[in-house]
Amino acid sequence: MTFSHKELNYFPGCSLATTAKENNASLKHFLEQFDIRLTEIPDWNCCGSSSTHSIDSGLALALASRNLFLAPADKPLLIACPGCYLRLGDAKWTLNMNQAKRNKVEKHFGQPFQSDLQLLHFFELLADMSHSGLFKDLPGRLKGLKIASYYGCMLARPPRLNKMPNHYGLIEKTMTALGGDPVQWGFSNTCCGTFLSVSRPLIASNLVNRIMKAAIRSGAECIVTACAMCHLNLEIRCAPENRIPVFHFSEILSLARDGKPSREWLNRHLIDPAPVLKTRWQV
Amino acid sequence: MDTITLTSVSDNFVQAVQEKSRSDLSRCWHCLCCSGGCPFAKDMDFFPNVIIRMVQMGLKEKVLTSSAIWLCVGCNTCSMECPNAVDMAAMMDTLRRMAIEEKVTIAEPAVLSFHQKVIDSISRYGRTHKLEIMMRYKLSEKDFFSDMDLGLRMLSRRKLDLMPSKVKNKQQIQALFKLAEDLS
Repeated sequence: MTFSHKELNYFPGCSLATTAKENNASLKHFLEQFDIRLTEIPDWNCCGSSSTHSIDSGLALALASRNLFLAPADKPLLIACPGCYLRLGDAKWTLNMNQAKRNKVEKHFGQPFQSDLQLLHFFELLADMSHSGLFKDLPGRLKGLKIASYYGCMLARPPRLNKMPNHYGLIEKTMTALGGDPVQWGFSNTCCGTFLSVSRPLIASNLVNRIMKAAIRSGAECIVTACAMCHLNLEIRCAPENRIPVFHFSEILSLARDGKPSREWLNRHLIDPAPVLKTRWQV
Repeated sequence: MDTITLTSVSDNFVQAVQEKSRSDLSRCWHCLCCSGGCPFAKDMDFFPNVIIRMVQMGLKEKVLTSSAIWLCVGCNTCSMECPNAVDMAAMMDTLRRMAIEEKVTIAEPAVLSFHQKVIDSISRYGRTHKLEIMMRYKLSEKDFFSDMDLGLRMLSRRKLDLMPSKVKNKQQIQALFKLAEDLS
């Protein structure tokens, strides 16, 4: 199988542009090693986030649509944040299914909607890289690191989108292929509490501590997540006694690629990953 | 958990909710898979499937003033559990919207306030500026001290930016808010 995603347009989203810069930097670093070129779409805006779809579906569609209209359709649009992927995917679905709304949006932007614009989930890119044999013989490797793969709600979607490809087990498969040792545990798909972390912190901290405790009980040395929101919640709502390092998927992939953890990324973690990394790598 | 007493019912409530959410609630057979899977069910006043039943019974006021509709974060876990593909999250979106439009008492005003601060931030910058959202939220809740240490830890680790990441074309963002009214 030949690898087809060498040139991609890229939507980072607010989290990767701000609180999760280490997610953005490690993702770009990792893809650069495989000569995958990303072109950030110019002047992108917030995907709409949970807050607009929670209380204003019209605004959710309007905000997501501007990004869909800004992205050139000549290349797939890579979306690294699962939340953004869901919001943009939902908007694409609505514009393809609801002609009245599509007419209004097309009139607003003064151009036709590119209905075949391909939205590429970071997981789909990874699955493609893996199938194409790009992960064979990586020099870094994960040296048996025990990993709890954490998806949160990122793979759940509404029934209307349930025909889209799913990638359950992708973190485990990739980590195993790269020499890691994923553990079996029961909380990999439990939601982290998202925005309730702000307005109902107790609900979020109860969830987060159940998740972190279960990861520790399973024998994991760290958690790996592909969602910047989950990463933030697990770090900020975790009680001191339940702390184990939480890595962005892209950080661990970069580590497997070249074996050199970047101090710059690690310094942005609230739970210090250095002690775990020092067991196998030079930090 | 509260006992449901049928007193006043709204006849067209279930039709309105189904139309707006494009979700067929009659497919629900109350197997409780959604409620069993929902990470937030234990904090809700009514389980998610009970909300469906109450919508079917026309208990509009009770539904719209419930905490359940605000504690639902739209994580779609219920959709993965549901054997009948009922779009629970879309129903919850619709119910929150109705609660705002009908100006009922909001059971979780802090949750709504947070959403509004996020939307204000998007309106100002086209993107979310987390530090400012947090500060404005804390101010409006008159909650000045909780999470202060967390905020400082985040600042020291450069997790929170002092300055926002902005969209350059502000007019286009403002125009989206007008378009949104037309799309609702």
